[in-house]
Amino acid sequence: MRHLMSPLDFTTEELDRLFDLANDIEKHPAKYAHACDGKILATCFYEPSTRTRLSFESAMTRLGGRVIGFSDAASSSAAKGESVSDTIRIISCYADICAMRHFKEGAPMVAAEKSGIPVINAGDGGHQHPTQTLTDLLTIRTMKGRLSGFTVGLCGDLKFGRTVHSLINALVRYDDIHFIFISPEELRVPDYITDMLKTRGIPYEEVIRLEDVMPRLDLLYMTRVQKERFFNEEDYVRLKDFYILDRYKMTLAREDMLVLHPLPRVNEISVEVDSDPRAAYFKQAQYGVYVRMALILTLLEITV
Amino acid sequence: MLNVGKIEEGYVLDHIKAGKSFALYEHLQLAKLDYPVAIIKNAKSNKMGKKDILKIECDLDSIDLDVLAIIAPNITVNTIKDGEIVEKKELTLPRQIRNVIRCHNPRCITSIEQELPHVFVLADEEKKIYRCKYCEEKYSESSR
Repeated sequence: MRHLMSPLDFTTEELDRLFDLANDIEKHPAKYAHACDGKILATCFYEPSTRTRLSFESAMTRLGGRVIGFSDAASSSAAKGESVSDTIRIISCYADICAMRHFKEGAPMVAAEKSGIPVINAGDGGHQHPTQTLTDLLTIRTMKGRLSGFTVGLCGDLKFGRTVHSLINALVRYDDIHFIFISPEELRVPDYITDMLKTRGIPYEEVIRLEDVMPRLDLLYMTRVQKERFFNEEDYVRLKDFYILDRYKMTLAREDMLVLHPLPRVNEISVEVDSDPRAAYFKQAQYGVYVRMALILTLLEITV
Repeated sequence: MLNVGKIEEGYVLDHIKAGKSFALYEHLQLAKLDYPVAIIKNAKSNKMGKKDILKIECDLDSIDLDVLAIIAPNITVNTIKDGEIVEKKELTLPRQIRNVIRCHNPRCITSIEQELPHVFVLADEEKKIYRCKYCEEKYSESSR
């Protein structure tokens, strides 16, 4: 029995098989409509996350399975003080697979150790969010046809953004990747990431202005720069426009560049960019369902 | 100067920071074993001023000393056979350690889950970096 705790749990070959399956699901949805008949997914969400939870529920429902669960800790047995270990033992009796989001880092791993069913980490604090990374990779592979040979710009809050850290860790396993980190000084990528890149000999640059590097990017991964991350208001006002993607900045980009964003978007991408064919962030949400469908089938060892 | 007799076979842990010998005694779980142990506190040391020493009369390799590589990396471990020092033992960093050091990340599940062991995994042998198995927070001296 396998679980998914980190995007690195799967080898690149296993990821290729997962993405092939997701692409097949996209092309032939009817073929998979009853693949999970009689199966139950438990969504154990100790903190609210509407999009991720609905994406899992949509995935299981599209496979013909059913969904049970809770959407915040207050409505779960955790409010009565039950441990994660005990909860998963009970859930294992009710469901065939579990997607768990928890505010404490490592909680899904504790669940996996005690579980009788596969557990998917649906986000644990600031630690991991592997299905977001799988979504990002599937989007890139499907729209670009490959996962190697890119100049990847990551823009915004690179210090606290777990989706950014996970994506970097996932992309370094592919050949010929060049990173350009675009962020204010305060929100640069942590040292452990740049140390890892140096050790592996993977080229990277750190810049402050998005405009300056736009023409060189194959992929642009946007994240939000939150006001509260800055030390003072003055810096925030001075820098915030550097990290807002608008129509003008898009004119500097290549015709085949892709813009990705883990969503929710607030104001870091102007709505005028949404109609640009290079804007891939809403398609990403669709791929998020396909990749979760493929993941559920893979972990339940169901072949169609 | 206090005199403690020689041991025939076992280990002498020397150059322990003064006052730390009881902690090592506990980490090595010597209370659970039936071996003669001498704990010498605050012995004079040219190098350290004061130091602690632990003498353990035991069968060689009957105690796993590798945990010392993490909690007391600067001590000297002398292997004794027939009353003589036969080796200064090199300690190897264990791949995984359980309930020796604690995770101090307040966001980690170990901070709330009852009876969950604190498990650290060797993430970088060269830099001697251990990370919590659950949250991957790096263990550092200051969190000891």
